[in-house]
Formats: sequence, C-alpha cells, structure tokens
Amino acid sequence: MLTAILVMVAIAVVTGLVLGWSAIRFKVEGNPLAEKIDAILPQTQCGQCGFPGCRPYAEAIAKGEADINQCPPGGEEGVKKLAELLGVEPKSLDETHGTPKPKSVAFIDEQICIGCTLCIQACPVDAISGAAKQMHTIIASECTGCELCLPPCPVDCISMVTLAEDLPHWKWKHPVVMLKKVA
Amino acid sequence: MSRELFKFKGGVHPPEHKSESSTHPIHAAPLPRKLVIPLRQHIGQVAKPVVNVGDRVLKGQMIGAADGYISAAVHASSSGVVTAIDLQPVPHISGLPDLCISIETDSRDEWIDHAPLDYQAMVPADLRMQLRDLGLAGLGGAVFPSAAKLDPGAAHSCPTLILNGGECEPWITCDDVLMRHHADEILQGVAVMRHLLGSTGILVGIEDNKPEAIAAMQAAAQKVDFAVEVVAVPTIYPGGGAKQMIQTLTGKQVPSGKLSTDIGIQVFNVGTAHALARAVHHGEPLISRLVTVTGHVLRRQNFVVLIGTPMHTLITLAGDRDGTTGVLMGGPMMGVPMPNLEVPVVKATNCILVKSNELFPPLPRALPCIRCTRCADACPAELQPQELFRFAKAGDFGRAQEYHLFDCIECGCCSYVCPSHIPLVDFYRYAKSEIWAREKEKRAADLARERHEFRQFRLEREKKEKAEKLAAKAQAKRAELAAEPAAAGSAPSDADAKKALIAAALARAQAKKAETMPKNIDHLPPDKQREIEEIEARRAKIREMARQPLESEEKP
Repeated sequence: MLTAILVMVAIAVVTGLVLGWSAIRFKVEGNPLAEKIDAILPQTQCGQCGFPGCRPYAEAIAKGEADINQCPPGGEEGVKKLAELLGVEPKSLDETHGTPKPKSVAFIDEQICIGCTLCIQACPVDAISGAAKQMHTIIASECTGCELCLPPCPVDCISMVTLAEDLPHWKWKHPVVMLKKVA
Repeated sequence: MSRELFKFKGGVHPPEHKSESSTHPIHAAPLPRKLVIPLRQHIGQVAKPVVNVGDRVLKGQMIGAADGYISAAVHASSSGVVTAIDLQPVPHISGLPDLCISIETDSRDEWIDHAPLDYQAMVPADLRMQLRDLGLAGLGGAVFPSAAKLDPGAAHSCPTLILNGGECEPWITCDDVLMRHHADEILQGVAVMRHLLGSTGILVGIEDNKPEAIAAMQAAAQKVDFAVEVVAVPTIYPGGGAKQMIQTLTGKQVPSGKLSTDIGIQVFNVGTAHALARAVHHGEPLISRLVTVTGHVLRRQNFVVLIGTPMHTLITLAGDRDGTTGVLMGGPMMGVPMPNLEVPVVKATNCILVKSNELFPPLPRALPCIRCTRCADACPAELQPQELFRFAKAGDFGRAQEYHLFDCIECGCCSYVCPSHIPLVDFYRYAKSEIWAREKEKRAADLARERHEFRQFRLEREKKEKAEKLAAKAQAKRAELAAEPAAAGSAPSDADAKKALIAAALARAQAKKAETMPKNIDHLPPDKQREIEEIEARRAKIREMARQPLESEEKP
C-alpha cells in the first residue's frame, strides 16, 4: 500500500519536474497565432481596422477582441484565409471600415510641396524621403498605399495614383471557357 | 550512328508543314524606313537606354545597355536617327506597350567600328561580359541571356554540351535552313561555347525529318578540330524541348526544380551558336535573325530580318492573302497571337505564322473535362494535366504546385489531344502567373512589415535618446547652479535649485524677446509712430485676452 503510494508520488514529482522544466526551456516567445494572422494581413499599416497597424490587429483577432472582416486592403480573400486559419465561418467585409480599392501609391506634387515633413512623420513604412524645407518624394516601390499621408498635408499636394497594368506586372487572365450546352 | 537513343514519355505527331518553307532559299528582308527596337527582348533585367532622341546611331551601336548579370544589351539594327524612346506596341499577347527605341533609318546602313574578339586570349569572365554587351540571347524562343548560360559556375566545367537543332514545332524551319547554309559558322560558335564551358562531349541533336541539315552538319563536323557527334533523333513533338532533347540523347532526366547544368549538361539552340560565331569572329552584335514567314501567305520562306522590322512588312514581302484570321509569333503549338501587325520582330521571333480558316479551322467550343487522361498520356513532362486543370480552374494554386505545375513546359500536347478541346495550357499559364503575382505581393508585404517594425523601433529609440539627453542637460544645469551658491556660502536645497533653474530660463526668454524687438524704428514720422503704437496696443490687448481664460481656468 505504502509502496504504491510512494511510487505514485515519485512518478508525480518526476513528471512535474520534467513538465516544469520544459515549460521554461521550450517557452514559445510571443503569440504564435498572432504571428500566423499577421502573415495573412496585407501589411499596409493603414489602420482602417481601427488598430494602429497590422500587428496590433492580428493580436486583437488572436485574443478574440476584433472580428476577422475589418481589413479592406486584404479584401474578401483575406477574410477567407483568416476564416480558414481560425476555423470560423467566413463573412463579408465590414463596410464601416472601408471598401477594397485598386492598388495605388501616393504621389507628391513637387510644385506645391512646401517641405513641412508632416507626411514623413505620418508614413508608417518610411516610404517618403525629404527634409524640412526640402522637396519630399514618395519611394513608390515601398509605398503600401495606406493613404495616411493625405490628411496631415497642409497644402493637399499628395494624391493617390492607381497603378496601371504594365508588362512586368501583367497577369494571364482566367481563361473563359465557353462550355457547350449538353442536352 | 551507333549512339543509343532514349525515349521520353508522351509527345504527339502534329502535321509538320515544314517543306513549304524549308525548300526556298533565304532572302534578306529590305531595310525598313523605321525600326522599333524594344529594350525588353530577353529574360531578366530590361536594358537601359544609352542614347537620346535626336542622336545619330550607326548599325551595331549599343542603344540599350545590359543592366545586371542576367540581362543583355540591345543595338541599332541599322544607321539612322533616334526619333523616340517611348512606349510602343510589342509582340506580347497582352497587347500592352513597352519601352522601345524608334530609329528612322537613313538607308546608308553604315556599320560602327567592330573587330573580332580574340576569345582564346581573353579571361572567360571578360569574354562573357563582352557577349552580354553584344546582346546575345538564346534564339530558340526563351531568349535567356547567353552570357549567363556560358558560365559553368562553381562546377568549373560542364562536361556535355548539346546543340539543339530539333526544331520540333510544326511550320517553323529557320533552324533547318540555318544548318543547311551556315553549318560551318554554327560549329565555330560551338568552339567558343566549348572553350567557355570546358565541355568534352559535344552532341548535335537534329530531328530525322531534316536530312539535308543533318548532312550539312556532319560535313562541317569533319572539318573542325574537336569531336562533334551529329545525332539524328526521332521526329516527335516536343523532341526539341531542352529537357526532352537531353533525355533523348543521354537518357538523363533533369530533376524537378533543377537546371540541366546541375547534371552537367548545357543546351544551346543552333541559332544562338551562329550568332555567337558572328559576335566573336566578326564583332557583330545580335541585330538580325532568321525568321520563317509561313502559313496563309503566297511565298512561304525564311528571311534574314533586322531586329525591329515591323511584322506586316514581312507578311507583305511573303505575299499577303485574303482570309487571314490572325497571326502567331512562333508555331501553332506554342505560338502567341499578336495583338497587331505593327509590332516589331524581336530576338525571340523565330516564326511568323499567318492563320486562315482553311489551315487552322476554329476549335469547336470546349466541353467539360471527362477525365479521360489522354492529356496525361501525351504530357512529355510526366505530369497529370487533368488534375492541374482542375486545381487551376478552381483557383487552388497550392495543390497545383504540389502537382508540379512549374515543371510544365507549356508545349501544348495536352490541349492538342484533348477531346473536349479545353485550352489547358491557358489554365496553366494563368495559374503560374497568379502564383508569381502572389509571391511578389508576399515579398512586398514582408518588406512593408520589416520597414514598419524598424520605424517603431526607431521612434522608440529616438524617444529614449531625447529623454536621456534632457535628463543629462538638467543634471548638468543643476550641478552648475549648485556650485554657484556654494561659492556664495549658502546651503543649496532642491527647491532653491528648481527656482534658480526657472529664473535662469525666464532670463533667457527675456533676453531673446529683447533681441527680437523691431529694428529701424528711429526717426519715424509721427503718424507712423502713432500707427505702430496703435498696433502695439491692440497686440497687448489680444495677449491679455489670450491669457484671461487660462487664469479663469486656474482660479476655481
């Protein structure tokens, strides 16, 4: 009887120690679910979801504090992917957060720009180069099209330019097959 | 020939239609009045223009410089004046324009100074750069910059060099006639390739429907000082595909996702070897090529065409006919339809195939896939086209990739045998370009994430640095003030120090204000003086008003 109890206690102690040690040794840094959600989000950092960037939104989804349909740049496809990851029903985009727009980049009219640096401070990805009282310009290849530079501009010299399709970015379209009616 | 040949899986036997154009002599196409030369004629980085509008250029002068390792230069095909550097229609299925240099020719056809290269005395890396600057790219259709392919890389040598004279696609005969008429020069090019790659075994694979070409190449092979084996391979489409040619000649398969150089084999088209010989032995850049003009025209034949010549001039030259239903660049199996005939001939243009309803009856409408797997039997890449079709159509690109979509060579055998006439290859092209676009988007998102995270880190760091700097400054001031009263002999306290700090700041502000008093106010006429006083009074009043709400807020 006593032996049995002692054996059970010994097993409990050993397992407890192993589990305790591995909890410290193999601790996962950060929230792996938030990482996965963040990988799906489009990284425009536009804040249309109501959070200051994609990462905070991902963390909010992971905690269950935000819905999956608040990201207009990700579009319906993004919602679908998030639904798949989280194992929930996909839903349509919440229009209160905005609607998807074609991909565009900001453009600074250099004739009007006064070099106030307000847009530089607003850009979440440092895609604007310039200095005080110097001309500012957008680094188009790094612009995510978040539109965050538009409101702070005091002279309204920034506009969004929709990216036109050119040869390097051309895609084959889905072949439309005219299926013959089978009687 | 005693060489053992191997068979690859699948393949089809479409009607050849080769003799129509291969039996005619080569003609030189006349110099057009205007040449339009695209800067993107090869795979890799687009060439950068190095001339300006209004410049006079000579034949063979570089007008676009190679940009990076996988790139090739472009050259003026004749002498004349640059009239425009802008977006022009190019031979691409999308019909989208691309950056081109337009040259108004002066009919003098005046060559720039050029000299042969002493390739045996040159450092291989320099020779490759020279070839890149002479605009050499693969003329078999893929237009991969040849200089990059002539680099044996870490292996230091590529034991087997295969010269591809398969030309399996129906209707096209430009490689066939080139071998018949310029076999010696092709082998001169091979000598240079051999020198750069360090190859020991050289095989020339030619389909057995070209007996004249085989004979000409065998005769030329007798004359060179290295061993060349000319092998007749069975005629089957796509036997002239690089991977298929390797398998037929050596029995080796290129592993999925690898290059042929990984198994010690490099493949070049015969046209590329000819262009290489012209470049090395004459110093001529790649400014012209052989083009088969065939199909629904009066005189089907091969032309030597300057790069940049509009396609419609060639069709007129061959004799255009009524009832044309479209033009393909390339053959009927892999060719791409041209959006219009203003587009220029480029380095990739091996054939201009004019279609008519008699020669190419329109396909009946597509029926649903019945999963008969005839496509799988025909696929030379040993894929499952019916599955790839299912996934591509449904947009399930991940599964399509699991089924090795990227091993598809887009040869069109599956579409050719499909009893439901489904344009299968279009679906694979669609899926491939969707996957590429998504990868590009993913890379852009990763870059944005990285930049955003760095920005957060930078802001955090700046805030910390500013706080530290302020703290250090305050500390220094306090120490300074503490030293002063100590000298005066009174005991300093924290409150005193703070007061002293405030007093010092006030004094500084006062001094600054005094400095900014208006200047040039001496000897003013009385009315001006009065005006100024009025303004000052108004200002004082405003200042007072501005202060009041603050005070009223503080009072309660």
